[in-house]
Amino acid sequence: MSSPDKTIVSLRNVGKTFESGTVALDRFNLDVGSGEFVSLLGPSGCGKSSALRIVAGLSTASEGSVEGPGGAGAGHIGFVFQEPTLMPWADVAANVRLPLKLSDADEARSRAAVTQAIARVGLADFARAYPRELSGGMRMRTSIARALVTEPELLLMDEPFAALDEITRFKLNNDLLVLWQQLRRTVIFVTHSVFESVYLSQRIVVMTPRPGRVFAEIAIPAPYPRDERFRTSPEYAGFCRTVSEALSQAMAGGVP
Amino acid sequence: MSERALRIGLPVVTLALVVLAWDQIVRLCAIPPYVLPGPGLVLATLIADSSLLWQSLLVTLTITFEGFLLAAFGGVALAIAFNQWRLFEYSLYPYAVILQVTPIVAVAPLLLIYLPQPLAVLACAWIVAFFPVLANTTLGLNSVDHNLIALFDLYKASRWQVLWNLKLPAALPQMLAGLRIAGGLSLIGAVVAEIAAGSAGAGSGLAYRIAESGYRLNIPRMFAALLLLSLAGVAIFFVLSALSHLALRRWHESAVRRER
Ligand SMILES: Nc1ncnc2c1ncn2[C@@H]1O[C@H](COP(=O)(O)OP(=O)(O)OP(=O)(O)O)[C@@H](O)[C@H]1O
Ligand SMILES: [Mg+2]
Repeated sequence: MSSPDKTIVSLRNVGKTFESGTVALDRFNLDVGSGEFVSLLGPSGCGKSSALRIVAGLSTASEGSVEGPGGAGAGHIGFVFQEPTLMPWADVAANVRLPLKLSDADEARSRAAVTQAIARVGLADFARAYPRELSGGMRMRTSIARALVTEPELLLMDEPFAALDEITRFKLNNDLLVLWQQLRRTVIFVTHSVFESVYLSQRIVVMTPRPGRVFAEIAIPAPYPRDERFRTSPEYAGFCRTVSEALSQAMAGGVP
Repeated sequence: MSERALRIGLPVVTLALVVLAWDQIVRLCAIPPYVLPGPGLVLATLIADSSLLWQSLLVTLTITFEGFLLAAFGGVALAIAFNQWRLFEYSLYPYAVILQVTPIVAVAPLLLIYLPQPLAVLACAWIVAFFPVLANTTLGLNSVDHNLIALFDLYKASRWQVLWNLKLPAALPQMLAGLRIAGGLSLIGAVVAEIAAGSAGAGSGLAYRIAESGYRLNIPRMFAALLLLSLAGVAIFFVLSALSHLALRRWHESAVRRER
């Protein structure tokens, strides 16, 4: 698992300068192999979201080259935004069905896919509920189900659990890992939590403050499945310390 | 007492007090009916002239309804067109604004010269009512959550899919707010045009009755017609509010009942 067989995302010397003159990314490099779980870790405003949007093809790089499944057609990328980003006028099932509806998927098959995606995130009893009738965590899970419904090759998640309490976050972390192991898809996960990134990822990309650049890449070679025992192990604490130190060096503008 | 009972009960009490005061003042000061008729006389006139007034009410309401429908469809269609073709918006929006800010009372006589009277009245109702629909719908179409738009982009949604599945539902609350304003305004437009048309036309809407009664110093009938007119306005407002509530009650903050 440590040496991915196929690279599905490759950013080379990518720069992003906004019209306002803000340089969000500068010579940013990222390679992600098929089936990998990679986290982008960095302080607020360092360009994590910008990088993720470039990978998704939602935003264009000002410089450098981008290779990803972006051009490969609809449904190859699932994106989970920092906010749930649900349609308030549609119930959970309709929100989750959206990607299939937009690609005019076969009715019977898409119904099955929707039911399965909703069941995976544990919302089977709430398929008919409207977003306003859900808790924050349930909305986030709906958003994850929507991203999963096309079984995308690449799942991009932008601080999906940042607004949640610790208990819910831990639970969703576990659910996400279980799903990842079942589906064997590629995940790029943005976070500014050291603990979350260590718990989830095989590899952590630590970024410098704006303009965002790769400060260090740290592998977390602990085996999966990871569970609460891993979360309380000295091994986990050790990884957290390493990553934490890298992050504070990155923030201080030091050299790796 | 519950909030709801207060909201219904208090206006009723206010109304009763005002009517009582009105009645007492007319009686005590012995005001003649051609200056200010008492509420009893207005009611009696309403009943005595009911067939005439009812017919006039129907005329005015028909115009109002037609003007409203034209404004609703025209406003929404124009807003969609503006949203889809920016150059089209740039070319026409200023003139929509001009149409709106020019006082309708000043435009009505002109319309009456160029158009046959029923059409001119309808045009007035339409002109005053369409702008709030246009403006509100445009606002709604333009304030869609940008992340949802990004999501639709990600799934390679067509322009049509974005409009139908995202922009229109997202704009629905503002659109309905615009329609609620338009309902009242189309009544105003119809009334203004009828008054401007005056006795020139054969049209015999409620506003025409008011003007006519004014000339003949039939003040009780003037009041009765006025009463009907405001009742019609209130009814339009309630019907449109109810429709809006029905459409939004499942999801929009303005319509959902918050459980505590
Ligand atoms: N659309 C935009 N227009 C102009 N500047 C932008 C835009 N989006 C982001 N930026 C700027 O780019 C920089 C990086 O933003 P980005 O959203 O990528 O940060 P982030 O790492 O995701 O931060 P956070 O952790 O707070 O979400 C910020 O300084 C921000 O001001
Ligand atoms: Mg961000």
